[in-house]
Amino acid sequence: MTTATGTRTVTFREAFREGLRDALAADDRVFLMGEDVGRYGGCFAVSQGLLEEFGEERVRDTPLSESAFVGAGIGAALGGTLPIVEIMTVNFAMLALDQIVNNAATLRHMSGGQFSIPLVLRIPTGPGRQLGAQHSHTLEGWFAHVPGLRVVAPATPADARGMLATALADPDPVLIFEQIALYGVSGELPAAAGPVDLDRAAVRRRGADVTVVAYGGTLAPALDAAAALAAEGVSAEVVDLRTLRPLDSAAVVDSVSRTHRLVVVDNAWRSGGPGAEVVARVAEQALDQLDAPVERVGAAEVPIPYPRHLEEAALPSVARVVEAVRRAVG
Amino acid sequence: MNEVDRRALFATMLRIRRFEERCVELYSAGTIRGFLHLCVGEEAVAAGTLAALGPQDAVVSTYREHGHALARGIPMPSLFAEMFGRETGCSRGRGGSMHLFDASRRFYGGNAIVAGGIPVAVGLALADRLQERARVTACLFGDGAVAEGEFHESINLAALWRLPLVFLCENNRYAMGTALARSHAETDLALRAGSYGVRSWAADGMDAVAVQEATDLAVDTARAGSGPCFVELRTYRFRAHSMYDADRYRDPAEVEAWRARDPLELAARSLVADGLLDGAGRKELEEAVGREIDDAVAAADAAPLEPVDDLTRFVTTGTEATE
Repeated sequence: MTTATGTRTVTFREAFREGLRDALAADDRVFLMGEDVGRYGGCFAVSQGLLEEFGEERVRDTPLSESAFVGAGIGAALGGTLPIVEIMTVNFAMLALDQIVNNAATLRHMSGGQFSIPLVLRIPTGPGRQLGAQHSHTLEGWFAHVPGLRVVAPATPADARGMLATALADPDPVLIFEQIALYGVSGELPAAAGPVDLDRAAVRRRGADVTVVAYGGTLAPALDAAAALAAEGVSAEVVDLRTLRPLDSAAVVDSVSRTHRLVVVDNAWRSGGPGAEVVARVAEQALDQLDAPVERVGAAEVPIPYPRHLEEAALPSVARVVEAVRRAVG
Repeated sequence: MNEVDRRALFATMLRIRRFEERCVELYSAGTIRGFLHLCVGEEAVAAGTLAALGPQDAVVSTYREHGHALARGIPMPSLFAEMFGRETGCSRGRGGSMHLFDASRRFYGGNAIVAGGIPVAVGLALADRLQERARVTACLFGDGAVAEGEFHESINLAALWRLPLVFLCENNRYAMGTALARSHAETDLALRAGSYGVRSWAADGMDAVAVQEATDLAVDTARAGSGPCFVELRTYRFRAHSMYDADRYRDPAEVEAWRARDPLELAARSLVADGLLDGAGRKELEEAVGREIDDAVAAADAAPLEPVDDLTRFVTTGTEATE
């Protein structure tokens, strides 16, 4: 339903599905493949109905062979098609690391620029659903480490719907990390939603006292924390990174140069995680702008445990972000 | 099916043999660096398999690919230049010996991860299927790759989808220093491939004619839409695995026994016996190849290095603003 303000309420799942349907309808070269994307409708029901609409050639169920079907995506991209490959969950992407790191990221460079690989990998990820230590991890930072890959993390319905089209238009491999915990969450999608840029971070809430950097699964807690802090008279600006590689350092530096305080929130382990890279960039480019030590809110250094109370204890929360901001502005 | 031209096969093998021998000299002189894997002894596989393909077909290869690249028609100067790290190399010097590429000849490398190219070959074949093109993808790999999961995942997928893909297993009996029987419980590789519902057979990999005929059949089958085939080409490398390899794991008598079936000399004897080659003809060919190599080395030697300022080009499309 479209409201008077020109938006409609959709779940992230629906937003992702609309992006897929648009892509398949727009260009015959586009096809989707992965485990259970067709007849089952997608492990998280994202691709429900697409097999019936587009047929088995373009919505292809694969065997449980992550390395083969990701590599096949690379080859199919080299061969002139536009593959969208779903890896059911990021922990399974470990089985395809060879293809992603050794082929997708390198073939262009190793061949002296002769080959483009317009491959899109959709990778459901993230904690929050009590799925234990082999289905809950936050590893996009690993991929963001690798030159040759573009890594994006939609955290709004508009990005969930619009990043795919832009990713398909990119001649290079793009990894889209979709938050499993967001699939069932509803949000507002502009009526005129369409392709979005993949180059820039976005300021999701304006503020003057502190910059809170988040992305993907931590944008919502960051915004909730900012709302709670407003009641205490603390004005927090929330920056959604959107893209982890290439990282929009300028947007972060710009915000920090106005607020002079920085809190970074992600679901990854802090050691060597994406938040560490953000902090390093600020240290390189804007250390003199900081009026307080940087605060980082990340996952506890444990494999994500199953029981709810321990999973919650391991992860960033609104309360932890609020505490970190208080320390930063205190 | 391409006609078998025994003289052409011989000429291709001769070019590969002399090319590899010059690579040894250039490596010893320090002109070629990095890892260098030679295919001396395996020339019949390169000559025979590539002769079975058309220009529209795709080739995916391994790090032991000089012979495949030459047989595919990649010009010799660009191969030497690549190994010298020069801008005129077939990969602009970015790849080196293990990463030879040529988009214009649909030569997709040059993959130095054992079995790493096989899934990519599946995808190239899938793209042809989706776009209804009568092209075939030829995927070359060694016996070592058959121990990798990527091989098994890929052959199952190709068979399941009946893709126009030809699996060409260049079985030289050693995965680096580990003999076939020391790494495979079942050493009949064609038999194992057959378990995936893929038509599979083996051929004498020291006989270029046998290699081409075996590959022709596979290519025709795949092109006709009858699904992938697997051809095991039983061959042997006469030299060590790489220039770093002291070759302590093979019995010298075994090497000598295989050398007695040198594919180049087998082909020469057969041509001579049939009156298709004589001493003068051989000498003429040798001299022509020698000149081609001399000229190619000289051209590569004179070629420029890429400017250091270009270091970050070709990582992503966006990094090519300087082009």
